Amino acid sequence: MFMRLKSLLKREDVKDLRTEVLLLKIFLKANKGFSVGLMILTIFIFFGFVLPVFSPYDPRNWGMVPPDKPPSLSHPLGTTTTGQDLFWLATYAIRNSMIIGVIGSAGGLAIGIILGLIAGYKGGITDRLIVLFADTFIVIPVLPLLILIGSLVKAQLNMPLLGLIIALITWGMPVRNIRSMVLSLREREFTYTALFSGSSTMRLIYAEYLPHVAYWILASFIHRVLIAIGLEVTLAIFGLSTLREATLGSMIYWAMQYQAILRGIWWWIATPVFIIILLFISLYLVSIGIAEYLNPRVRIQRLQAGR
Amino acid sequence: MGVLKNYVIPRLGIYVLEIFIGCTISFLIPRFTPIDPVQAVINRYAAFGEFYDPEIVENLIDTLKELYGLKGTLLEQYIGFLKRIIVGDFGPSLTAFPTPVTEIIWRALPWTIGLLSIATILAWIIGNIVGGIAGYFYEEKWAKALAGFATVIRPVPYYIIALLLVLLFAYVFPIFPMGGGVTMGTKPSLTLRFLLDLLKHAFLPALSLILTQYSVQFIIMRSLVINTRTKDYVVFGEAMGLPKSKLLFKYVLRNSLLPQVTGLAIMLGSIFNGALVTELVFSYPGIGTILYTAITTGDFNLMMGIVTYSIIAVATAALLIDLLYPLVDPRIRYR
Repeated sequence: MFMRLKSLLKREDVKDLRTEVLLLKIFLKANKGFSVGLMILTIFIFFGFVLPVFSPYDPRNWGMVPPDKPPSLSHPLGTTTTGQDLFWLATYAIRNSMIIGVIGSAGGLAIGIILGLIAGYKGGITDRLIVLFADTFIVIPVLPLLILIGSLVKAQLNMPLLGLIIALITWGMPVRNIRSMVLSLREREFTYTALFSGSSTMRLIYAEYLPHVAYWILASFIHRVLIAIGLEVTLAIFGLSTLREATLGSMIYWAMQYQAILRGIWWWIATPVFIIILLFISLYLVSIGIAEYLNPRVRIQRLQAGR
Repeated sequence: MGVLKNYVIPRLGIYVLEIFIGCTISFLIPRFTPIDPVQAVINRYAAFGEFYDPEIVENLIDTLKELYGLKGTLLEQYIGFLKRIIVGDFGPSLTAFPTPVTEIIWRALPWTIGLLSIATILAWIIGNIVGGIAGYFYEEKWAKALAGFATVIRPVPYYIIALLLVLLFAYVFPIFPMGGGVTMGTKPSLTLRFLLDLLKHAFLPALSLILTQYSVQFIIMRSLVINTRTKDYVVFGEAMGLPKSKLLFKYVLRNSLLPQVTGLAIMLGSIFNGALVTELVFSYPGIGTILYTAITTGDFNLMMGIVTYSIIAVATAALLIDLLYPLVDPRIRYR
């Protein structure tokens, strides 16, 4: 798809692209929250996807290191009662939680975008039915449903499956958003201009609509990663996540199971809690930063403030 | 009459359909997952190391299928399930046999509804007023500080907030109890002491819900107001020399509040999810805690009952908010 996009870009577009990059640079400078969020997120991605390669311990094995040791030079974040090194466990947990989050987010978004496009373009009874189903999934509390599924498939639960289940239950919102975007874009002047000058539907979507919705998709993708990781943590607290794998949720689960707080092993519970707080704030800052960049009114305001 | 025909009746139709779809999904889930809840119970008994006659096991399976409503063809089961919902009977709970599931849920429901409604209403009012004022004066230092606070609290999951509150106010500084609805052994009565005890136990769970919801409302309201305050009618009001307070409350806040009312109806589901988690952390005797018991003991009937009741309860609350909406939005009233 990227190649195709590239071939579609003509020389004038490249100039546009350069201005876009320049705008982004100024925006980054002006929007401190976004920059901070992006920085923390990058560190987390490094921790989660680069460091586990060098890990001396397998996260699934217990009793690898002396238990209940407070943070020290050899174990920078301390060790657990189950004999795991918290620092290396945390790197795996960040990676696995992010994988679950990305699968859950991308899956839910994909279902939502496809159904939203169909609803917006087809209209009529198809539209009504899709919107009704989406509304149902928006209104009803998804956690009890998720818990019901989780308690039934508990034994077979693995990370991709968990992500897929989360995706299947959180696709309601993007349907509504995409549908209303399609409805508004469809009536715009440039749609008619493009259609009357003989542009195909695909080309219309790629060249005209995609730039309009690209930032929205990116922003909501990141926001939904946050929601999906949050759901995983919540499920784990109810004892329904992939508890054998290291995830942020299962770290908390085992710390609670072994009464880490009452026994004064604070580093065990503090590690996942602080990672979750930082990770969620950074994801949130990045997602609202992108959403703000997309909003032309705020964008101009920010750019003026930045100069 | 116009409101009734154009607004109320279609909304009621959607309400019924939403509950129908939601309940159908919760009916289909256990039937299309590879795990058989009956087999799960048998396995649990087998795991205790007890030995059963194959014939007794056969009988047990039969009885459990009957109890769980898993007998007959899919269609028969479905009709039976719909009947169960309408009659409000989800069979006996397996762990607290023979107490009916409905009784357990009804015992827990007032706790959840009480905690949830008070927290939601308080958070909505405070969040919107503070958010509105902070949006109107968005360039002031204090407004920026408030926005920063909300931005930090908003993305943090309910569970973490609740956990931090327990750690801080029940463990490090033992001001509030660690959990429970009332002190053990207290009998419900209308005395001041009982009410104070109730309040003391509800304070931390409510606070954890309020903090998150307040931040959500604050952030949305703030951006709505930042948008509204540049509208022509506000600029006109300013040019007329209207006092700032009138401009803020009558012109800006009131108009920005409308989407917040419908927004609340959409958010109820996720707020309810948060309440379940909070109750678990504080072992508050509501739906969240019995849901946890149902999971750990494999009480299938109780779980189905809770799922169905939660869907109906949240859909009903959303309906009520939407039905109140014409009262605040004159555009629908006069349509």
